[in-house]
Amino acid sequence: MTTRIVELRQGILKKNDELAHVLRDRYTQAGVLVLNLVSSPGSGKTAFLERTLRELTTTGAKAAALVGDLETDNDAKRLAASGAPVRQINTHGTCHLDAEMIGKHLDEWTARPLAGLDYLFIENVGNLVCPSSYDLGERIRVALLSVTEGEDKPLKYPTMFNSADAAVITKLDLAEPCEFQRDEALKNIREIRPGIEIFETSSKTGAGFDGWLAYLKQERAKR
Amino acid sequence: MPGLQHRNHKTPTRPGIYSERVMHELSICTSIVEAVAKSVAAYPGATVTKVSLRLGALSDIVEDSLRFCWELTTKDTPLESAELVVAAVPIVMRCDHCNADVTLESLQSFRCPLCHEPVNELLHGREMEIESIEIDDGKDEPAKKDA
Repeated sequence: MTTRIVELRQGILKKNDELAHVLRDRYTQAGVLVLNLVSSPGSGKTAFLERTLRELTTTGAKAAALVGDLETDNDAKRLAASGAPVRQINTHGTCHLDAEMIGKHLDEWTARPLAGLDYLFIENVGNLVCPSSYDLGERIRVALLSVTEGEDKPLKYPTMFNSADAAVITKLDLAEPCEFQRDEALKNIREIRPGIEIFETSSKTGAGFDGWLAYLKQERAKR
Repeated sequence: MPGLQHRNHKTPTRPGIYSERVMHELSICTSIVEAVAKSVAAYPGATVTKVSLRLGALSDIVEDSLRFCWELTTKDTPLESAELVVAAVPIVMRCDHCNADVTLESLQSFRCPLCHEPVNELLHGREMEIESIEIDDGKDEPAKKDA
């Protein structure tokens, strides 16, 4: 028997990366800004997205959302009340969305789901571990953390926070009862991801949404 | 399950997060197995004796968990006896202040270890690669002729 070494030099997630590349092209062709929202479960992603979709729709922008959960279409129903097109992806156990799921759902949604869209928001499965490795073709990855989760969250999940382009602090209306240490949270986010855009928001009161929407508009203008 | 007792200090212990941890490495192992099977198909009759990976510190893969999941994934398959070799790739970033490529020692602070300025340009550290596989081609050595 002879032994030989076969060089592969291949990404473990090569298949996902290739599909993500195709998606990225597809989004660019359609002129849509795509964002991937990641966070722990319960950080307020859906409420944040709900308000974002409502506000964007009010300004006349065209936004849609793909929302990932293991089970139920509760989030899609909530988001659909904003008037924006929303589609639920149920992973039935898989702890993250991947490019194959996104592609498949876009294909099954309508004939041309991205046509005329300004923004597509992908709400990932609540999980700060697995989604960090799975490129969905997005231009902007947004990591959310709520004031209830602790200021050291970014230090506990450096891989995810370092991979993000923007961070959103949510549930600001609860900052006082939670004794949220704002300066420490901002410092920790910036230690893990220098230069990141940070938005401090409350989906309940609307605090911080002007800045967030301005950012979206500014990013959308960059083709 | 005996393997679960040997967890390193980095592994979270709360059940919900724990199952995220193991599931992550499990899906990574499945991808590795698929990629290796596809490559070895070009060598009919060969068996894989070694799988060499390069994993960056920012790939968020915990080696212990990966090995545990590798055992589960390859059990009762032709890959069961293949050795899994993992080369860890440190985080290397470009520091514009020092005009140098610097290695980060910790994931807790993305600052140049020399000048302590924040660094953002990642050169290495996110690798999740199958570098190579070693195979036995399954063919007998040609019989040695008498001198």
